[in-house]
Amino acid sequence: MSLLIATLAIGLVFGVLALGIYLSFRVYQLPDITADGSFPLGAAITARLLRDGVDPVTATIVGMAGGALAGAITGAIHVHFKVNALLSGILVMTALYSVNLRIMGASNVPIQANTIFTPFEQGATAWLGQETSILGRSVPSSDLGLLLATTIVVGVAGILLVLFLKTELGAAMRATGDNARMLRALGTSTDRMTILGLALSNALVALSGSLFAQMQSFADAQMGIGVIVLGLASVILGQSLIGPVRSIALAVIGAVMGAVLFRLLVAIAIRMGLDANDLKLVTAVVVLAAIVGPTWLKSIGRKRGKHAPA
Amino acid sequence: MLRLDSVCKTFNPGTANEVRALANVTIQLAPGSFTVVIGTNGSGKSTLQGAISGAFDLDRGSITVDDTNITRWPEHRRAHLIGRVFQDPFAGTAPGLTVAENLALASKRGKWRTLAPLLRGARRGEWKDLLAQIGLGLENRLDDPIGLLSGGQRQSITLLMATLTSPKVLLLDEHTAALDPRSAELVISLTTRLVAHSSATTVMVTHSMQQAATLGDRLIAMHRGKVYLDVSGVEKQHLTESELLALFSQMRRDDRFDDDACALVSAQYR
Repeated sequence: MSLLIATLAIGLVFGVLALGIYLSFRVYQLPDITADGSFPLGAAITARLLRDGVDPVTATIVGMAGGALAGAITGAIHVHFKVNALLSGILVMTALYSVNLRIMGASNVPIQANTIFTPFEQGATAWLGQETSILGRSVPSSDLGLLLATTIVVGVAGILLVLFLKTELGAAMRATGDNARMLRALGTSTDRMTILGLALSNALVALSGSLFAQMQSFADAQMGIGVIVLGLASVILGQSLIGPVRSIALAVIGAVMGAVLFRLLVAIAIRMGLDANDLKLVTAVVVLAAIVGPTWLKSIGRKRGKHAPA
Repeated sequence: MLRLDSVCKTFNPGTANEVRALANVTIQLAPGSFTVVIGTNGSGKSTLQGAISGAFDLDRGSITVDDTNITRWPEHRRAHLIGRVFQDPFAGTAPGLTVAENLALASKRGKWRTLAPLLRGARRGEWKDLLAQIGLGLENRLDDPIGLLSGGQRQSITLLMATLTSPKVLLLDEHTAALDPRSAELVISLTTRLVAHSSATTVMVTHSMQQAATLGDRLIAMHRGKVYLDVSGVEKQHLTESELLALFSQMRRDDRFDDDACALVSAQYR
């Protein structure tokens, strides 16, 4: 039970990541790899600031701002120097590896100070006592506080994102991904929109990294590896859960649900004996299957249909 | 008013693919006029529109709209002065956004995109009336993603979007060429109506000699990057489709003669 609650909480934190990836990969249709660097960037900045005695909320927000800056740099490289989006992201991600080490001063920084989750954990413990019984199993109350906190964060982030995408600016961003030529003809610089969009996307990714670090009580230079694929897996999984959607709100909910479900599946797989070292390989294969599978199945169906006797 | 002064544009200069798309073109279009531009393939008629809309930098010359020199303005900055409809019926609208959202984006043409909700204070009633004018039942589809509509429907809406904010200049780039005949007819009748009610200086490029003969108050034929024929007033009114077709065969003959001459000369010097 405790494992389930912890898994849900981590899933929700990755839900924030999925929101960022949804924005770059789905709304902008831009393969932005910066996330592999901005996720640990958010974690590194927060860990460093917490060590230096800064309060957790500020530390988290600054971490997020760091991600936004990284995304804006990727966007600027892409639109101003006409560098391929994928390469721009790889450049910034690679640079960030060194930046993160500089910020942390080591490849791994433990977090001993109070985190953004501490008040929730303490509050839950004070209110419910050390242990709470759910469905006959006893659970540390602090885990429930953690779950509540992550639910609030992902809820607020999701609602704000949906509202934002319905503003003039947000709709212009959606139109940039949809039909950039039209937006230019309507007098909006798609260059500016792209930079802004990647900044927002990476701010969300960095927020996720910052929360993840605070939850795990450490930041690590390696923690960003495979974050893109993880986020993409969540978005794709969410899409298959919700189906082909027309509504932004549903797509956003789907991304978060996908992240939680993916985390649950991973926890189950590890419980059933999957080697944690094989996790990234399995994730990549699952994502590939989810992307290629449907069209492949369809083409097989077509071929069968063609050769079938009349 | 729209003025082009000694506009020159050469694509791929200094290479084997060098194309002199616009060779010293000077045109002055009166405010509110409706000019039809025709020309053979590669005559520079689409480049002319690109030059006005700012799709590329000019080699030489200037472009002025109502005494404002916009020659160096990037495409998006010119947009508040210029409404555009493209040949590709899907190019003018964002498929993932609803009809209302597309119209709302167009109604803020050239303005700063703010954090105000896009559809707050949307003039839905006004838009419904406009959509009803098209006569395709689009007035009931304001909240459908525009990607669900047909090419003709989307092109009609693009036309509405282009004229929604009363721009100074309206550019129509073969905007019926990719439509089926019925949709094309519909879009043309909508064009006629909107242009008549608008004060925009309209430039319409077309392949259709019938449209060229019947529409507009001025006709410009482009050939090899230059203005080949420029008629307006009574002369334009009396212009017939067959006269235009004759003009076209003449331009094509010129083309062939030049090509043959080229072949002759290059054969001798090989």
